[in-house]
Amino acid sequence: MKVKKIRGHSRKDVLLLNDMGLNVMNKVMSNKWIIAIYTLPALLLIGVLIFIPLVLTGYYGLMDWDGIGDMSFIGLENYKNAIVDGKFWSSAWHSTLLAFFSTLSLAIYLMISMILASKLKGADFLRKIYLIPMLLSSVAIAQLWIKVFNPTNGMLNYVLMKLGIENPPAWLAEPSFVLFAIFIPILWQYAGFYILIYYAALKNIPESIIEAAKIDGASPLQIAYRIKLPLIKGIVKVTIVLAIVGSLKYFDLIYVMTGGGPNGASEVMASYMYKLAFASNDFGYGSAIGFLLLIITLIVTVIIRKLTATKDEIQY
Amino acid sequence: MSKKKALSLLLSALLFVLVLAGCSGSGDDNESTEGGKNAGDKKTVKFMHLWPEGSSAQHHKIVSDIVADFEAEHKDVTVDVEVLSNEQYKDKIKVLSTSNELPDVGMTWAAGYLAPYVSGNKFASLNDILDSGLGNEFVAGTTDAYAIDGQTYGLPLELNIVSVYYNKKIFDDNGLDVPKTYDEFKEVVKTLKSNGVAPIALGNKDRWTGSMWYMYFADRIGGGELLTKAINREESFESPALVQAAEEIQNLVDMDAFVKGFNGLSDEEAKSMFMNEQAAMYLIATWDLPNYTTNEDVPQSFRDSVGYFPFPTVDGNGDVNSFVGGPGVGLFVSEDSDVKAEAKEFASFFVKQWGARAVTDVGVIPATKVDPNELDLPQMYEDVLNDLNNATNLTLYADVQMSSDTAQVHLDQIQALFGKDASPEEFVKAHEEALSKE
Repeated sequence: MKVKKIRGHSRKDVLLLNDMGLNVMNKVMSNKWIIAIYTLPALLLIGVLIFIPLVLTGYYGLMDWDGIGDMSFIGLENYKNAIVDGKFWSSAWHSTLLAFFSTLSLAIYLMISMILASKLKGADFLRKIYLIPMLLSSVAIAQLWIKVFNPTNGMLNYVLMKLGIENPPAWLAEPSFVLFAIFIPILWQYAGFYILIYYAALKNIPESIIEAAKIDGASPLQIAYRIKLPLIKGIVKVTIVLAIVGSLKYFDLIYVMTGGGPNGASEVMASYMYKLAFASNDFGYGSAIGFLLLIITLIVTVIIRKLTATKDEIQY
Repeated sequence: MSKKKALSLLLSALLFVLVLAGCSGSGDDNESTEGGKNAGDKKTVKFMHLWPEGSSAQHHKIVSDIVADFEAEHKDVTVDVEVLSNEQYKDKIKVLSTSNELPDVGMTWAAGYLAPYVSGNKFASLNDILDSGLGNEFVAGTTDAYAIDGQTYGLPLELNIVSVYYNKKIFDDNGLDVPKTYDEFKEVVKTLKSNGVAPIALGNKDRWTGSMWYMYFADRIGGGELLTKAINREESFESPALVQAAEEIQNLVDMDAFVKGFNGLSDEEAKSMFMNEQAAMYLIATWDLPNYTTNEDVPQSFRDSVGYFPFPTVDGNGDVNSFVGGPGVGLFVSEDSDVKAEAKEFASFFVKQWGARAVTDVGVIPATKVDPNELDLPQMYEDVLNDLNNATNLTLYADVQMSSDTAQVHLDQIQALFGKDASPEEFVKAHEEALSKE
């Protein structure tokens, strides 16, 4: 047998070294103190960068503060204002719509992944194509789609006019269209991410199960719906949580494309929070909205986990 | 599994090292600046501005020259310059101010932007240097926009007025003359529209663009003082003239005077439509003058075909010498500065040097007095400087005059008014409510 050399060691040596390394590793990992020390840096980072700011945000939410001068404590006033603030609720509604559509779009991503995973010719190439938008920054995507949606010179309206539609809408200027118009680039932006996850999960299903189903005479649709889908249920659940939570705190693309406009028609919770804190100089109220956003996201996550909870883990 | 763990451990260790490196790096910085301050009698003035070399090369160069001149004249002072682009600058100033680390000299905007910094006691009053002669250098009234309760907190660097810029070639092709009255203006719009030309480029996603249209109608219908008085609470915002101004906006919208989808377009997009000759008119301030005169990146044929006219009178009312406009950025001196005397010295030195060079090198109209006859300037600059000399009134941009809370209401309402989401009555009512809440 030909032995491949890896950096001067034969493969056998490397395997041996690896084994020894694992043994040492296991020994180290059985000491609780060492585990604590090793996790400390990450814990510190998370604490300083995430949990302390979270608590501070909640604290600022109790203040009347313009972000520059002195703060004064006003108790729950900001939260009370938020509850009767029509703009906050309309932004919350827009966030909810976004979450709803993002969840629906998971079905499209799943369908595409199933097609890609079924030994399609060129599937690998297509998968990479779908992944490209994920590599672009949101700001670049936003700029790109602003150009596509441009009412006079944009690609979309050009095509529509060629198709004989006389007066196609100005997508980003119509309060009734704007949210849907923005949703299209979001759908496009995240396609690669979810397809990647689903594709990996589908590839993990042992071929033997599919073979067995085929021998039993299951149609491709039945295989997809009754075998593949239940087997990747766990992953689907995770993506639902990701999609909903991600939509609830969605900000960047909307901020660049419309700034929440026209007149708040595409305002979401995060953009409204930013506007209050940085444009209206109302840091206290902005922090309160930010904290509410956190609480809403937490509650929604817990609800989804509860709704989709199952006991049986799949073992192949 | 344990391989994965090892990998994650390795990664977290790497992160930790990175953080340590980051910390030690900033530590060095602090040491060096402190060292600078302690080293004998050499003092350091920290200066932050918002003209990076990449996007505003000319501005950047003038600033560097002024800093070098200042250091040459004041051997005992070093100026430590930090540059950020506009939006980043705004964010950073805010963060620095909460942690009491404002630069000794920096840039600010007028009125509403300035107010929280002043009430938070962050900016130093500059009355002393203005009274000792510097005040005479400014165009009358320009420093008022930076004054609160009789104290001035900023030294304006720019002064802009808003006019209607138009494409002479499109006007000629359609047999149109410059309109003097609003009726003539509407005829121009109608003719252009029926000939298939978009009359007015407007990017109302940015909202202040639409606000300038509203402000001019308010000025022409209700007089130069009315809007300012309504914002100061000396008048009601529900006065008939302000309602009528809002109605005129919606009349223009009904006539399709503005480019399609203006509420979703940014000012940049609208500007590019005007500059690509897709729209005949564009209401903008004089900061755009270089595009129509000296900017070599713009085709000469386009630059030659642009003219401007003052906003027309409405039904015989209003004065064409009354302008919307005002100072742009200005210099502030930090109240907590350790080197306040030197900082003030630098700020006033800067303003004096800036004036003449700004207009010749960058094409910025400075807030200090400039004699157009002394300099070799394009005709359009001379016209604008003469307009300024003849101005009877200058109304500062509404969103700058208002507190930032109310400004947001105003800007959203502008979008609603143009998009016909709000009736003129609802528009003024929302303003009245927001203003009376303060």
